[in-house]
Amino acid sequence: MEATVSIENLRVEYSSRDLGESTKVAVNGLTLRVGQGEVFGFLGPNGAGKTSTMNVLLGFVPPTSGTARIFGVDVREPIARQRIGYLPEQTYYYKFLTAEELLRFYAGIFGIPRPETEARIDAVLKLVELDHARKRQIKTYSKGMQQRVGLAQALINNPDLLILDEPTSGLDPIGRMQVREIIQRLKGEGKTVFFSSHELGEVETVCDRVAILHQGELKTEGRVSDLLKEHSANLEQIFLKLIGYPPLP
Amino acid sequence: MNTVWSLAKVVVLEMVRRKDFYVLFILTVLLTLTAASVNLFNDRSIVRYLKEICLLLIWLSALVIAITCTARQIPAEREHRTLFPLLAKPVTRGQFVLGKFLGCWLAVGLALASFYLFFGLVSATREQHWPVLNYLQAAWLHWLMLGIVIAFTLLGSILFATPSSNGTICFACAAGILLLGRHLNKVALSLAEPLQSLLYTAYFVLPHLEIFDVRELIIHDAGLIRWDMFALATLYAAAYTAFFLFAAWLAFRRRPLN
Repeated sequence: MEATVSIENLRVEYSSRDLGESTKVAVNGLTLRVGQGEVFGFLGPNGAGKTSTMNVLLGFVPPTSGTARIFGVDVREPIARQRIGYLPEQTYYYKFLTAEELLRFYAGIFGIPRPETEARIDAVLKLVELDHARKRQIKTYSKGMQQRVGLAQALINNPDLLILDEPTSGLDPIGRMQVREIIQRLKGEGKTVFFSSHELGEVETVCDRVAILHQGELKTEGRVSDLLKEHSANLEQIFLKLIGYPPLP
Repeated sequence: MNTVWSLAKVVVLEMVRRKDFYVLFILTVLLTLTAASVNLFNDRSIVRYLKEICLLLIWLSALVIAITCTARQIPAEREHRTLFPLLAKPVTRGQFVLGKFLGCWLAVGLALASFYLFFGLVSATREQHWPVLNYLQAAWLHWLMLGIVIAFTLLGSILFATPSSNGTICFACAAGILLLGRHLNKVALSLAEPLQSLLYTAYFVLPHLEIFDVRELIIHDAGLIRWDMFALATLYAAAYTAFFLFAAWLAFRRRPLN
């Protein structure tokens, strides 16, 4: 069976501004597969290479070497993004639009027919509990509402793969719980969810499998239950151990 | 085309909901009406001055709207991070550039239609005639000129760091070409080499925005512009607009978004 996401020996380099250093390696030799219907947690401390990997998957940054495919299509092809939904971290959507107009705009990009667009808008706004505020301009939304409208735009094309970059970042406990519930509901619908997060408790609850990245390299990958059994510790302890924290004196 | 059209609609909505256009329109109306209230010695030529003032204000306002609206498009998408969910959808960078251009051009077109309608009303109340076709020709040429300005401002918004620096540079370039463009070859003659060749090259390479400025023909009620010349000007504008859009796409195409 074709993996939903497959990354082979991926390397991402950026030109560095530091003196005496010509390039900075963000991701080094990453190989990863995410199967259909999985909720996959992509973990690592800041600067580990998570966002760089996501940027490659979304076609924002070309890989220096290696390949990345979504549904078997090279990520450099725009068509690879037809069946994905993406929620970036902390985005300030067009504040002069209402939630309804924003979703209509994104639906237009996917070429969704008008009657279907309206039905999709109704469905996703209900899912993210923004139905009551659909005709209000986004500039009047709270941070949590903005994050939920972001989730709604990621779902407008009824994607088979969702890529979420720290979806609960900056949200209060209720907001976090709501996002978690939405992810679980999507999992129930058979969607594949690939997400990065620093909330390890949340990852432990929601994810089927995780990968831990540190300094651009894959430290471990596997089923959450297997990792917990193997290390006899919770995910946070495993994470800290694998990234070498606390550092040796 | 769906994608380009969707992107363009958002730009138009933005202009409709922002205050920039309304402020400049009201300012133009107030200044023109103030000028219209002055009637010195029942001089008939005062109407010409009035038309000149009104058209000058329209040209200035349209240039400001076109440049400010365009200069902020791509930087705002980056700053607010809306570029990421957008380009994570099946949108090519070419479609993105084209959508932004079309949106700005249509938005400016709407603004221009309001301005020329007001000009027509002012002119009709004073001169008791309304040469609609002449006004349409002038407005169309004006819109084409703004198309070139929008395209090079879009290119500038990819090359320069901030919207304000891009806006200032583009405004200076457009104003410079409009005021001095037609004289560059004469100035070149008075210079020594290699400056002479440089200036001559600039004269032939730069888009001559001033050829779209037919205000004098409107002010003095000259006849219609010959249709073959009109079509040639349209092609000239289309070629320069396409060139700047192509350059913008080239600059944006391989730019990493991180």
